[in-house]
Amino acid sequence: MKLTRRSTLAALTGGLAMPYVRPSWAQAGTVNVYNWSDYIGETTLADFEAETGIGVVYDLYSSSEEAQAKLFAGSTGYDVVLHSGMSMGRFIEAGVFQKLDKAKLPGLVNLDPELMKIAESFDPGHEYGVPYMWGSVGMTYNLDMVKERLGEDVDLADLGVILNPETAAKLADCGISLLDSPTDFGFMVMKYLGIDPDTAGEAEYEKLAEAVAPIRQYVTTFDNANYLTTLPNQELCAANTWSGDYGVAKTRAAEAGIDVNLAYFVPKTGVPGWFDFWVMPSDAPNVDNGHAFIDYLLRPEVIAACTDYTGYANANKAATALVSPEIAADPAVYPDAETLSRMYTPKPQTDAQEEAMTRIWTKIKTGG
Amino acid sequence: MAGSRLSRWFDRKGWSDLIVGAPYIWLLVFFLLPFLVVVAMSVATKTSTAPPISWGGEVPLVSWEAYARVFGDGLYLRAFLTSVLNAAVAMVLCLLIGYPMALGLVRVAPAWRNILLMLVILPFWTSFLLRVYAWMGLMGRNSWFNGMLTDAWNVLVPVDWAVRSIPMMNTNFAVVLVMVYTYLPFMILPLYASLERLDPTLDEAAMDLGSKPARVFWDVTLPQSIPGIIAGGMLVFIPAAGELVIPTLVGNASSPMIGRVISDEFAQARDWPMASAVAVVLLLMMVVPTMLYSHFQARAEGSK
Repeated sequence: MKLTRRSTLAALTGGLAMPYVRPSWAQAGTVNVYNWSDYIGETTLADFEAETGIGVVYDLYSSSEEAQAKLFAGSTGYDVVLHSGMSMGRFIEAGVFQKLDKAKLPGLVNLDPELMKIAESFDPGHEYGVPYMWGSVGMTYNLDMVKERLGEDVDLADLGVILNPETAAKLADCGISLLDSPTDFGFMVMKYLGIDPDTAGEAEYEKLAEAVAPIRQYVTTFDNANYLTTLPNQELCAANTWSGDYGVAKTRAAEAGIDVNLAYFVPKTGVPGWFDFWVMPSDAPNVDNGHAFIDYLLRPEVIAACTDYTGYANANKAATALVSPEIAADPAVYPDAETLSRMYTPKPQTDAQEEAMTRIWTKIKTGG
Repeated sequence: MAGSRLSRWFDRKGWSDLIVGAPYIWLLVFFLLPFLVVVAMSVATKTSTAPPISWGGEVPLVSWEAYARVFGDGLYLRAFLTSVLNAAVAMVLCLLIGYPMALGLVRVAPAWRNILLMLVILPFWTSFLLRVYAWMGLMGRNSWFNGMLTDAWNVLVPVDWAVRSIPMMNTNFAVVLVMVYTYLPFMILPLYASLERLDPTLDEAAMDLGSKPARVFWDVTLPQSIPGIIAGGMLVFIPAAGELVIPTLVGNASSPMIGRVISDEFAQARDWPMASAVAVVLLLMMVVPTMLYSHFQARAEGSK
């Protein structure tokens, strides 16, 4: 072929248009989902595809920061994204999410009205998100290792076990891990100190830093995921975790044939509760399929299978009876009245709060 | 006709122009343009929109606040210092371990050479991340490796110093250890390339003149391999100083390296200008000495 201006132009336009040609046929039957790793039922996606004929393009993240950075940059191409309640307000304000069409989500009636009331503080009017899993922040202990060092009758529901330098020093050689998240670990400690995280400012955050500084040298790591490996391997004896993690750690230990005695405690001075939501980015290409996917997850039998697999409680009241009794009866996952009374729902942080907290959190982690 | 002029240019020197120009175009598109985007972001202001930056409505549109914080806040300076120190220690250790290995590769019989070279490259066949995780397993408190070291320690030192396990994970030591392990091939290969080119008759001449082997190495081999040492050193030092994965997985949050700081600023604090400013400073720290070196190197070679 002779290289003329016309043929070059034609080839160029064709080439440049390629990315836009593809989605127009893909739109017929796919939904692009972005979710935490290990955070859905084992066969949920395959079942959804078999029933609806909609193909699921499934993408995973292992840190919410990674997902949030992507969403903030925009043009992700995702239709349905799992997002933590705590930072939702900020994203709604920035126009990252679109309002959901409730007419396309008949399954909403299955959700627990009590929980919906709590979830409303993250998403006023339930306009942008559908609650998925929820739980508390707390402490997972390796009972054998901790009791060997602190005595049989240590009160593990007292956060002082970690925050008192004397006891923390005794646990240092078996490993302490704290959540690398100021709104989880930080809020829990503020509750212990009698500070209200919702109204706290720089001066209160400084008190938080002062309270953590004496035990900093005994903390092995600040981490949000690796403890799922190190707890079963007995590399840690005290880990600040989310409620379902202890179940995952226990399962992994059992799979590896390790005999480890883990237990989850919600400190009696109070802890923040958390909610995860399904949301849709404002530039989602497959709006209808996205709604279909979210509505599928609102079915009691579907979400119950997800809970059985992930070990986290769901917000679907009709599903509780279908969840495996072992999980539904575990107060660490489905909190009893006593545990529920220790939980509170934090308000989203203001810009000023977030900025001060970020600065002081770095100081807490680096120990200076 | 435009077409014939084009084809005439092409026939005359098109290929050589294209081949000479390709690296520059590559640098322009894949290095300079992204770097300018980062520079632009570093002088932006943080906002609560998506994306979370803006260049403000008033003159001047740029803000130097992020740079003021890089040089004003002890945290960033400390992180830079940790990174440079860790990378420097890793580089020196890689050199001390890699040099004898490279020398051995050159001196060994040719039949063995290919097998040994293969063994140097072999670790790259496994994912880097997987190998770091393997080290995490080895360094953990309950591993056989740690247990072995602990037993050895307890036998060698007085009873008062006995420990239950040696704390290796989540320390700076672990970061340097894994970096030395990871980057060692990057030191060996340039050293090997430079040592292989040396003329063995020079060694023989030195020995004929009465030098002992150690003296021959010091006077003849080492000075001639300096370009290889510098190339290997840079290949280790530069990526090690900006390393993110290793300090995140095996390091301690109390002494963060600069890669971790950039990642935290970008993702956790959602402060893109701050992350960009740190990245720009890191890049200048790495690029300016490299450019100075190659400038003087070129001058030194030109004067010969």
